[in-house]
Amino acid sequence: MIELDTTDRLILRELVRDATQSASAIGRILGLSQPAAWRRINRLRETGVIKGQRLELDHEKLGFGVTVFLGVKLATKGRVSLEDFERAVSAIPEVQTVEHILGLYDYRLRVVARDISDFERVLRRRIMTLPGVGDVEANVLLSEERRPGPIG
Amino acid sequence: MQEEGILRANRAVIDWRALGYEVEVSLRITLDKTQPRAFDEFMAAARNVPEVLEIQTFLGRVDLRLSIIARDMGHYQQLYRSAILTLPHIADIEALMHVARIKSDEVLPL
Repeated sequence: MIELDTTDRLILRELVRDATQSASAIGRILGLSQPAAWRRINRLRETGVIKGQRLELDHEKLGFGVTVFLGVKLATKGRVSLEDFERAVSAIPEVQTVEHILGLYDYRLRVVARDISDFERVLRRRIMTLPGVGDVEANVLLSEERRPGPIG
Repeated sequence: MQEEGILRANRAVIDWRALGYEVEVSLRITLDKTQPRAFDEFMAAARNVPEVLEIQTFLGRVDLRLSIIARDMGHYQQLYRSAILTLPHIADIEALMHVARIKSDEVLPL
């Protein structure tokens, strides 16, 4: 586990807000020299605290107006069926994320579609035909907010 | 793309495991909708819990989902009791424990 001090936390906060900022820009905000800021940012990347970058796109402007979360319960279980299901579901382009969960459902899928009828096509042709799929619950995403998390 | 507002932001992604957060839980929440300001008040209070990473609202069987992280099960239990169950207007709550992320592209099928 990597320990962070207050300065590291403030740097993380800045990079979560905007990852394109240079070390000198971040140094100016936090009152650090460019090399000092660079060393800290580099350490955060090297140690894997920052695991990458995510582009936030306006899905509606790109023609994807609908995001649906599906809770999927498998009808048949066992190691082989889990792997078959995971492989098949990961290959569906409209499925953005696949999470294995414990509780009411086995998997949570994030599905994007152009509109509700496009979603229906994805659901009928691709999701309902997956190997081993049982109960499916759909919740249409209305709003989404990502928070910075416990970084002080 | 930036000018047209298609690209809204480019954010660093934090690996919370590297910082010692081992537990990730999805809380599916149904609100007491007889309270007209239930959504606003619940969301405002949820924003004050630092361990909440995502707040989503839905049309469907559940009203909201919170994604929260904790250092371990003991920490999760403490958070659940002191910070989550005290949020306003909760009618029902279901917890789903995160096991693994199989796919996380978030790429659009363009």
